[in-house]
Amino acid sequence: MTEAASPASPWQETQTAAALFAVAPHWLGGVVLRAFPGPVRDAWLESLGSLLPAETPLRRIPAHISESRLLGGLDLAATLRAGRPLSERGLLAECDGGVALLAMAERASRSTVACLGSALDAGEILLEREGVAGRYRAEIGVVALDESGDGEDACSPVLQDRLAFHLDLRDIGIHDLDDPGPDPRRILLARERLADVSCDDDKLQALIAVAMSLGIDSLRAGLLALRVARVSAALGGRAEVSAEDLEIAARLVLAPRATRLPQPENAAEPEAPEPPPPEPPSPESAKDDSAESEGDDRPLEDRVLDAAAASIPAGLLASLKAGRDRRARSRAAGKSGAVQRSQRRGRPMGAIAGDPRRGARLNLIATLRAAAPWQPIRRAEQAAHATTAPRVLVRRDDFRVTRYRQRAETTTIFVVDASGSAALHRLAEAKGAVELLLADCYVRRDQVALIAFRGQRAELLLPPTRSLVRAKRNIAGLPGGGGTPLASAIDAAVELVLQVQRRGGTASVVFLTDGRANVCRDGSHGRDKANAEALAAAPQLRTTGALSMLIDTSPRPNPGAGQLALALGAVYLPMPQAQAHMLRDAVQAGTGGRSRSGS
Amino acid sequence: MAVPFPFSAIVGQEEMKLALLMAAVDPSIGGVLVFGDRGTGKSTAIRALAALMPRMPVIAGCAYNCDPGVPSRPMLCENCRSGVAPVVRSVPVPVVDLPLGATEDRVIGALDLEKALTRGEKGFEPGLLARAHRGFLYIDEVNLLEDHLVDSLLDVAASGENVVEREGLSVRHPARFVLVGSGNPEEGELRPQLLDRFGLSVEVTTPTDLATRVRIVQQRDLFERDRAAFVKTWSRKDGQIRRRIEAGRARLDSVDLPVELIELSARLCMSLGTDGLRGELTLIRAARALASIEECTVVTPAHLRRIAPSVLRHRLRRDPLDESGSGARVERAMLEVLGA
Repeated sequence: MTEAASPASPWQETQTAAALFAVAPHWLGGVVLRAFPGPVRDAWLESLGSLLPAETPLRRIPAHISESRLLGGLDLAATLRAGRPLSERGLLAECDGGVALLAMAERASRSTVACLGSALDAGEILLEREGVAGRYRAEIGVVALDESGDGEDACSPVLQDRLAFHLDLRDIGIHDLDDPGPDPRRILLARERLADVSCDDDKLQALIAVAMSLGIDSLRAGLLALRVARVSAALGGRAEVSAEDLEIAARLVLAPRATRLPQPENAAEPEAPEPPPPEPPSPESAKDDSAESEGDDRPLEDRVLDAAAASIPAGLLASLKAGRDRRARSRAAGKSGAVQRSQRRGRPMGAIAGDPRRGARLNLIATLRAAAPWQPIRRAEQAAHATTAPRVLVRRDDFRVTRYRQRAETTTIFVVDASGSAALHRLAEAKGAVELLLADCYVRRDQVALIAFRGQRAELLLPPTRSLVRAKRNIAGLPGGGGTPLASAIDAAVELVLQVQRRGGTASVVFLTDGRANVCRDGSHGRDKANAEALAAAPQLRTTGALSMLIDTSPRPNPGAGQLALALGAVYLPMPQAQAHMLRDAVQAGTGGRSRSGS
Repeated sequence: MAVPFPFSAIVGQEEMKLALLMAAVDPSIGGVLVFGDRGTGKSTAIRALAALMPRMPVIAGCAYNCDPGVPSRPMLCENCRSGVAPVVRSVPVPVVDLPLGATEDRVIGALDLEKALTRGEKGFEPGLLARAHRGFLYIDEVNLLEDHLVDSLLDVAASGENVVEREGLSVRHPARFVLVGSGNPEEGELRPQLLDRFGLSVEVTTPTDLATRVRIVQQRDLFERDRAAFVKTWSRKDGQIRRRIEAGRARLDSVDLPVELIELSARLCMSLGTDGLRGELTLIRAARALASIEECTVVTPAHLRRIAPSVLRHRLRRDPLDESGSGARVERAMLEVLGA
């Protein structure tokens, strides 16, 4: 492992990460473990467990954990026994000094992620809940078990930024589990040595420079890389960070965060995009040569950069070529939890008297508060019966349950025709309308999405979002022109509507088109066939029950567009000179005029 | 609590640091919103500021930090109104953290459970808003704040008084605080009403030059390796900043504000079409605070120019057809009104 000269297998690499993490879980933040549940992931977790010193807390956080369990709060049983409010520690505080495993990290709610983030930053939990206040140590490391597939929302960037290691086990087969893993005794030794490891400024500078040339914005990445280098030195028994340690840090911390390929002066690396395997042997052997023959003649920064570049996963290179794809996707994750709603979630609206059994959530505080004023009277009654009684007498009438206001989030999906000559104008206005709607959206906490179609297919340009910043970034520079694949656009809209509905939201769809299809699903041209396909696809949208409207942008109302609207079950609205403000008003009117009812 | 990173050791981010100092010098500026990229030290700076707060006199034993210097009764809590000559204590201006997952009862205050359960008495347990009176209320990840908490905060921030009507309690107490919020715009936008409550808004971005980035990581690394020694190294500089805040506070009322400057502020706001008068007022107050920090006796257009972006950035009406950021629009208006 630290013998960097021999090329490490992907599995060994993940073992190295596990050992480094085990030395200083809280200091390094943790690991984003991208893997499907299975023996490989289990093996990695088992090996982590064996590396952590005995009696290190290792707790699993389920995706549906409530805030009160995570942070702590009032301990009902103890409170009732003692007759005065007693708090209980939350899971994060229980994990102090150890590791929290976040199950299904890609599905974790925003509040769970934010709580983990603040515990990682501060090493403690500040509690101001349910009538109790407190401060608990919570120096935790986090292993985020990310089960998302390609193209799906990954674990939240809030966590990704704070966890040093991003490991991908998806390409590792069960037969690759060759390495028995490092010796757990070395972990304890490394912990002792860690405080004395020094790192000179040149090495620090090399790390930061590499981070910059890989296009990594966050300063945390550089800091985490430095920490990993220190830990690696401690693990290797060195008193000072060596070039090898820097390489390990670059491979494990910086490479997975790269948003662009470095542009080195020597022509050795630029070919790296072409060979797909994640650990191409050529750069590895090149590195060996350099380590031996050229040795220290090569600038440190280049060596580290090469190490990082060789570890940039192949899949990433493809997406890097496609521009800022990866960043856009990872950002999408921020809201992955926001739309998860269940019967027992939503905006709390206070407590009412009620039976806590029928799936409702007992509101402890409200219940105790309801019971409190009656205690002297009840105690007097109880004394008359001379039975041993609990300190606090709670009766059924005292039970309070929390009411939640459940307002389904509305996602407005714009489906914009970006084909032909009018495309630019239409797009500009649609963009304007999206931004105007978003400006209203924070009042309603609603979302907006945008699908554009032109040429051969329809494309989801803006996944449902509430963020104007994201919207602006994604829609900027949208190209126009080409044919009109209307049927594909309807398919894409239907798919997105179903997705929104699966998450418990309501969707409404706004088409901006002249309704003249001329590209079929298979990409062939032909006005009649394309129109027929569009008309055939239309009823799918109607059956989803989503509100929809079709804004006819042709200079003169087009009967074909009217027919299509009928088939879609959409409101038909000819608007030859559609302007952003008119569009916004039309959409708000068309989708029920809920413009400001939310707050 | 863990030792905070020293304020004076923060590398770069001058606009953010200045905005925080101005808010400390003149709380009536009305709070600071810090929005920006992950890992740019937003919360580090705000927690560092807490360690630099000057002291203020309070009535001893008052849960609401009542000001003994206030002559009018409505500005005092019920206990302090009784009129007995108060004992005065001096405490640092509080910086209260509103942590994630805080519940409404702890924020606005609620029935004191302990008293109720053990003694059967009805008493009020003050919340975070009471503790933050005359100080700062800091909300990290402000855009993740629950809607109903935002509503309570807005109401109290607007009236300067917290009215609690729940669980058979009827309590009102003064609650004037400076809101300081931080967040990442990609996590979601802020409601316009809340946005409007912040006097200053700064955008922080990751520095793009190597030397600065190296220094930031270096400082952080040094801090982590030996907190006590690091804080000690910077204690003199931190002390200087604390004295600057104190001197700025003391000098504030004597800083001269020429009429032309008020006019300039008004013209700046008009050319940007900001709603209401809050923009102008904040421009004037912030320019005065800056002049006071810099030991000037009179506010000049140069002061105005420096603070205008932070004051106006978040007050512009969204113009979807204007692709340039709000910062650029403020720059343009400044060129127009103040000249090059």
